[in-house]
Amino acid sequence: MSETNDDLRGILLEQVERLLTDNSGPDVLRAAERGEWPARLWEEAEALGLPLALAPESMGGAGLGWADAVAVWQVLGRHGAPLPLAGSMVAAALLASAGIAPPFGFIALALPGEAVPWGRRAGHVAAVDATGQVALHAADPKWQHGRSLIGREPADRATLGTPLAIGRLPDRLGPEAALRAGALLHAAQIAGALEAVLAMTVEYANTRKQFGRPIGAFQAVQQQLALCAAEAAAAGVAVAQAGRAADRRGLARAEFEIASAKVVAGEAAGAGAAIVHQVHAAIGFTDEHPLHLYTRRMWSWRDACGAERIWARRIGQTALARGGAALWPDLTARDETETTA
Amino acid sequence: MAGLRFDLRDTPATAPALRAELRAFLAEAGKDWSPKVRAYSWMGFDREFSREVGRRGWIGMTWPKAYGGHERSALERYVVLEEMLAVGAPVGAHWIGDRQSGPLILRLGTEEQRREFLPRIASGELAFCIGLSEPDSGSDLASLRTRAEKVPGGWRINGRKVWTTNAHLCDFMIALLRTSPVSDPKQKHQGLSQFLVDCRLSGITIRPILDLAGEEGFNEVTFDNVFVPDNMLVGREGAGWEQATAELAFERSGPERYLSSLPLLIAALDDLRAEPAAPEVVGRLLARAATLRQMSLSVAGMLQEGKAPAREAALVKDAGNDYEQALPEKLRDLLDPIRTPPQVQEMLGYMTMVARSYSLRGGTREILRGIIARQLGLR
Repeated sequence: MSETNDDLRGILLEQVERLLTDNSGPDVLRAAERGEWPARLWEEAEALGLPLALAPESMGGAGLGWADAVAVWQVLGRHGAPLPLAGSMVAAALLASAGIAPPFGFIALALPGEAVPWGRRAGHVAAVDATGQVALHAADPKWQHGRSLIGREPADRATLGTPLAIGRLPDRLGPEAALRAGALLHAAQIAGALEAVLAMTVEYANTRKQFGRPIGAFQAVQQQLALCAAEAAAAGVAVAQAGRAADRRGLARAEFEIASAKVVAGEAAGAGAAIVHQVHAAIGFTDEHPLHLYTRRMWSWRDACGAERIWARRIGQTALARGGAALWPDLTARDETETTA
Repeated sequence: MAGLRFDLRDTPATAPALRAELRAFLAEAGKDWSPKVRAYSWMGFDREFSREVGRRGWIGMTWPKAYGGHERSALERYVVLEEMLAVGAPVGAHWIGDRQSGPLILRLGTEEQRREFLPRIASGELAFCIGLSEPDSGSDLASLRTRAEKVPGGWRINGRKVWTTNAHLCDFMIALLRTSPVSDPKQKHQGLSQFLVDCRLSGITIRPILDLAGEEGFNEVTFDNVFVPDNMLVGREGAGWEQATAELAFERSGPERYLSSLPLLIAALDDLRAEPAAPEVVGRLLARAATLRQMSLSVAGMLQEGKAPAREAALVKDAGNDYEQALPEKLRDLLDPIRTPPQVQEMLGYMTMVARSYSLRGGTREILRGIIARQLGLR
C-alpha cells in the first residue's frame, strides 16, 4: 500500500466527515444500540466506495494506505462509529491481499475468539486464522446474536461452514495481520472519539455556571482538561505513527508502532473518559446526555483486539530480550534504516 | 483539536550516519561518567566535554557559518540532542547557549553581539545561564523587581535572581530586568528588558544553593550596583517580555523534556529480566516514549519551518515531564533492592530525588496546563 498524497486524503476525510455529520448523531447511535441497522448511512458509505477503499483498484477498491485508513477511522470515531465500516474495510483489504476479490456489501471480519460487530447484517464473512489463512464465507444464517455489554452494539457469533474461497496472507502482512489491523482500527476510533468528547466537555465547561461563573474558569477544571487534551494528542500521534509504519514496512513489521498505538490510545481512553465525566458531573452520568454514547464505546474499543497490557507485554518482552544496550538504537532506527515501501 | 496539531515528521536522511558518529564519540567520552553524572544529564556541567562537542560541530548547528555555526537543519540538531540525552551526557555547559541564548542573540542581537558571542558559544567556550526567577517572582514572572536603571553609557543593576542553574560556573547570564517602573499592575509585562551580563562583573555575588540531593546546581545571584554598558542590551528596551516568551517555544520543545530519566531505563533493563511484572511496565513506558518522541519531533519540525509552536511545546513539555517523572518510580517498583547492582541503585537514587525538578524547571506543570487550557478555549 502506498502513502496517498495529502490533498487526496484531505478530500476523502472531508467527504467522510460530511457523510457522518449529515447521517449520524446521537439518535443513530441510540438506534444502533437497539439493534437498528444504520441502512442509510451504510448505503451512503458504499456510494463513496469506502468499504472497498483499502483494496487495490484492480479489485474494485481505491488502493488507500493504512495511514489514510487511520485518518478515516479517526473521523468515524469522532462520530461514535455508528456502523461497522472500519472492520469491513480491513476484511476487504485482507481478502484482496490473499488474492480473493472482496465482494460488495458489508464483510464481517471474524477473528478467533472475538464476537463480530453486526455479524447478523453481514453479506459475507472473512475469517482469518492464526496461520494467516483467509477464508471468504457467505453470510451465516445461524448467527448467535449477542450484544457488547459496554458498547451495546450488536456483537454476534457465527458457525462457519464451507468457505467460498481460501487464500493466504503474504509475508508482508504476516499471519497476525487481522489482529494488528483490528488493534489499529480500534486505537484510531478511540483517538477520534476522545477528540469529540474533549470538544463536548470544553463547550460544557464554558457554558455551565456555578458560583457565578463558568466552571471552565476554575483552575481545577482547566488543569484536568489540559491533561485530557494531552492524552487526545498522544493518541492521535500514536495512531498516525502506526499507520505510517504499516505503509512503509507492512503490518508484519509494524508491530511496535501498532502495539504502542493500542497501548497509548487505550490508556488515553481510560484517563480521558474519567476526566470528561468528572467535568460533566451528574448530567454526564445520565442516559439522556449523549456523553456516554462516546465514552462507552471508548471503553469497549480499548478491550477489542487486545487490551493495553497484552500489547505492552509484547513490546516489553521484545525489549527485555534485546537488552538495555539495544533499547535506544532500536527506538530510533525504526524509520531510519527501513524506509522502502 | 482547537488548533493544536502534531503532524508526523521524519528524521533527516543524514540521521543514521550522524547517530553512528555520535554513538562512537559518546561511548568513548562517557566511559567514566558516574551514575550521578548521567542522572543530572543536562543540569550537569563539564567544560572539557562541551569544548569537545563544539570542536565536532555539534553546538550552534543551525546557525550561519559566519557566526561559527554549521548551517545544518533543526532536525539534524534534534538528532544530536536526543543522542546526548539518551546516555545522560553532562551537556549543561553548552546546553543553554545552544538552545536559548545563542538563538536569541542571532535573532535579536546586534551585529557586534553576534560576532562577539556566537562563535564562542559554538566552540563550547562560553557557558550561559538564564536569570529569570526571583525570590518573590516564580510562576508570576512578570512581577520581577530586579531593575536596571539608565546611567551614562550603560545601566546599573540592583536586585536578586534565584534558582539560576549553574550560574556559579557560567560566563554570561541573559537576565530579564525591569527597566521602567510598574505604574499599573495590569501593565507589569511592559518595561522589561533583556541584558547580557558577564557573571564576573564587580558587584555580582553568586551563592550556590544546595539542592535536595546535596549538590551544587542552582544559585542565588545578587546584583549590587552592577554596571553593564549600553551594548549589552539585547533586542529592544521594554520588549523583554515578548522576547523572553518567544524563546519559550525553544526552551520547552526539546527532547530534554521527556528524556531526562531514560538513561535509567537503559541502565536497569537487563536487571529486570527475572521480574514477572517487567514486560508490561517496560512496554507501556516504551509505547509512551515512542509517542512523545514523535510529538517532540513534530514541534522541532514546526520550529524548522519558522513557526512558533509555543502551545504545542507547552503540551509536549507537560506530557513529557509526567513521563520522565513517573519512570524512576515505576522502575523502583520493579527493581529488587538487594540484587540490583550498585550502579543502577545509585542512578535510581539520584533520579528519585532530581525528578521533582522536571515539572518545575522551564515552567511548572500548573502554568503549562493553564496555557493549554486557554488554547482549548477555556477562560
